Amino acid sequence: MDKTKYENIFSKIYSMAIFWPLMCLITIILINFIINPGFLKIEMKDGHLFGSLIDILNRAAPLILISLGMTIVIAVQGIDISVGSVIAISACVSATVIVSNGPVILAIGAGLFAGLLCGMWNGFLVAYIGVQPMVGTLILYIVGRGIAQLITDGKILTFTNKSFIFLGTGYLLIPIPVYIAIAVILIMYFIIRKTSLGLFIEAIGVNREASRFSGINARKVIFSLYAICGLLAGLAGLIICSNIKSADANNAGQWLELDAILSVVIGGTSMSGGRFYLGGTVVGALFIQSLTTTIYSIGVPPEVTLVVKALVVITVVLIQSPIFRKMLNTSSITRNYKIKKVAKL
Amino acid sequence: MSDSNIVLDMKGICKTFPGVIALSAVDFQLKKGEIHTLMGENGAGKSTLIKVLTGVYQIDDGKIILDGKEIRITSTGAAQKHGISTVYQEVNLCSNLTVAENIYIGREPMKRGAIDWDTINKNAKKLLEDRLNLRIDVKKLLSSYSVAIQQLVAIARAVDISRGILILDEPTSSLDSNEVKELFKAMRKLKDEGMSIVFVTHFLDQVYQISDRITVLRNGKFIGTYEAAKLSRMDLISKMVGKELNNIESISKKSRETSFKLIEGNFVKTLKLGKRGTIEPFDIDIKQGEILGFAGLLGSGRTETAKVIFGIDKSDHGTINIRGKEYSYIYPLKAIQEGFGFCPEDRKVEGIIGELSIRENIILALQSSMGIFKYLPMKKQQEISEKYVQLLKIVTPSIERRIDNLSGGNQQKVILARWLATNPQLLILDEPTRGIDVGAKSEIMKLVMKLASGGMTIIFISSELQEMVRCCDRVLILRDRVIIRELIGEEIQESAIMKTIADGGISYGQN
Repeated sequence: MDKTKYENIFSKIYSMAIFWPLMCLITIILINFIINPGFLKIEMKDGHLFGSLIDILNRAAPLILISLGMTIVIAVQGIDISVGSVIAISACVSATVIVSNGPVILAIGAGLFAGLLCGMWNGFLVAYIGVQPMVGTLILYIVGRGIAQLITDGKILTFTNKSFIFLGTGYLLIPIPVYIAIAVILIMYFIIRKTSLGLFIEAIGVNREASRFSGINARKVIFSLYAICGLLAGLAGLIICSNIKSADANNAGQWLELDAILSVVIGGTSMSGGRFYLGGTVVGALFIQSLTTTIYSIGVPPEVTLVVKALVVITVVLIQSPIFRKMLNTSSITRNYKIKKVAKL
Repeated sequence: MSDSNIVLDMKGICKTFPGVIALSAVDFQLKKGEIHTLMGENGAGKSTLIKVLTGVYQIDDGKIILDGKEIRITSTGAAQKHGISTVYQEVNLCSNLTVAENIYIGREPMKRGAIDWDTINKNAKKLLEDRLNLRIDVKKLLSSYSVAIQQLVAIARAVDISRGILILDEPTSSLDSNEVKELFKAMRKLKDEGMSIVFVTHFLDQVYQISDRITVLRNGKFIGTYEAAKLSRMDLISKMVGKELNNIESISKKSRETSFKLIEGNFVKTLKLGKRGTIEPFDIDIKQGEILGFAGLLGSGRTETAKVIFGIDKSDHGTINIRGKEYSYIYPLKAIQEGFGFCPEDRKVEGIIGELSIRENIILALQSSMGIFKYLPMKKQQEISEKYVQLLKIVTPSIERRIDNLSGGNQQKVILARWLATNPQLLILDEPTRGIDVGAKSEIMKLVMKLASGGMTIIFISSELQEMVRCCDRVLILRDRVIIRELIGEEIQESAIMKTIADGGISYGQN
């Protein structure tokens, strides 16, 4: 009796969407721990917490933000590959304000607004003009860094404004970006899962036509999702530029859109839309960041870094795939199990 | 048993799904050159049996013997190799390819390492003409043809692949009577050529027109195989439902006359409402509490009219007046807020949200009418879903099950529940009984009557004239996108409707 109850709980956990991403994250942390037993250690220095885990959280914050935006866009069968460029635009906009001695609030506001505007542009193209998401966001992907260069006049802007830098480097027991990430996670969870927005997103993602018959205004919803995605990219841009105390139109947020897409996929959301998992995405983003940190910390030679990353990602994606798991199951584990069962009978 | 005429012998077939026994010890024998109809209500196991035979599902127990040899059908490809080919209920072709491409996709004839387009087009044309008497331009996109023609193309493809056994899973549900005749002609021809055909349908008339033998399933169990000529209709129905059927005919207009009174005054009125290229401007005065039928052939404009009224298609002409308020066009959300509901014709594309649960599917329209910020608490959602699952007798182990795991009739009930949950005043039912079995059909018809006697206005669209005659207070007949005649009360007869459709009738409005 107790045993069946136990098994039930186990199968429930096993079938939860977050199970596999979480397993991947735990595995990579364990690997780190085995290689370097000091990995899990967190120290208190000058009233701040230090340690590899804190470091991972800190560095993962921008990725978490854009991955969350990416999740809801992918859920409606879309994609936003322009987030890296949007990061550059928002970074350059706010750096320009700071460099010309504008108030910090204005710098933050302008950066966020630039991100929002970019997102609305993408949303407009995709939802109202009907451009395919890949093509629609490709426009900003290409032109975004050009716009950023125009804003900064082709220069790398550096700044020393303490209050602005606090955003990306400050500490209140733990780093400020971690607070921002947690706040965004909570807000996103609230506006998506505590309103009917989440239901509408999933309905549109599964069957847009049937959602229309049920009175859902898919255009409006999709437009808003791209806008949110842009806004979050803008916020990520602020964190990134204030962290490195400069805004570089060419390199800020480069390739981050691909890491974000990967986080979404590892988190269990299908690229074909429909059901989406915000929690899974967060775990996926943490996994990607842990992987990057691990590759550096265990001293993988730079020339093979990307290959190692690719191998890990292939493994994770395979483990995630129900078809592959089924193949594994039927080939070994369950067969043994079945034989035992038959033998008992 | 050792009858050499038997090409396919399925013995003791068992198949279980988590929580459901889909087939338990089902036997099925198919003779050479016969048309064998598979009958049963929704969830009886017809679809499962067919999917077993076509390799979609693997059997848990039992034997499949083909031409005297036991075989295992491990995949759809394996089924095709054994010469078994299938046409499913919903057209499973690529609408963005041409007719000829659809027929030869995956097995294109090659010439010098390249696809031989001339042969493909020539053969496709010949195939359609010779075997199905269909003369169409095979180089045009499949999507440019009606659902009926698409269905025939699917059949042509299957016929071409098949070597001996052809399975037709409700091929007629989207065809009009002439097309059905053509199809039957083709089926008889194939049968005479020695093809064995397994036929699934819900139309009793068609069963008797075409079948040699009938096998009845009920709740996954084998009931029996009968010679069609020796099985009466009543016997067949009682075998399918497992009890003597209460006469379905007893649900009639008379039973609701007591409570039925047309409420005069403004409800919904259209004035020259129309959409160019879709439906000519029409004037309809919908009275509160009536069952208003739209009759006509496929493509006559009955669905299009309903779509314009509900705002799925935005009208570009005229106005719609709802309780005295005038709009030049409306959109679905507005329609829902005005108390409209719409069960669409194409359940798979326009109705169900496949990946989502029954609960989410039921509350969807209610939730969208309430907006994003008034999210129904989970408890309330469950309450509403449980209520309608019970009320409409939706067969499912849990409201959290994915809707696409349900049978067609149950899916339809969930869509009905979605609208009932919004407590609509005008409910548009477009072919609500299409592709579902006799039992569920009569349940849905009873429900329609009950709703109407409760004061709900219903627009009823159906290809089954019997259903219209039985329940409608008023019928508008459409032809070529124009309303051509109105029938009221006693005038509503199958013959009158058919005659009007055939003759054209007097123009409505000038009447």
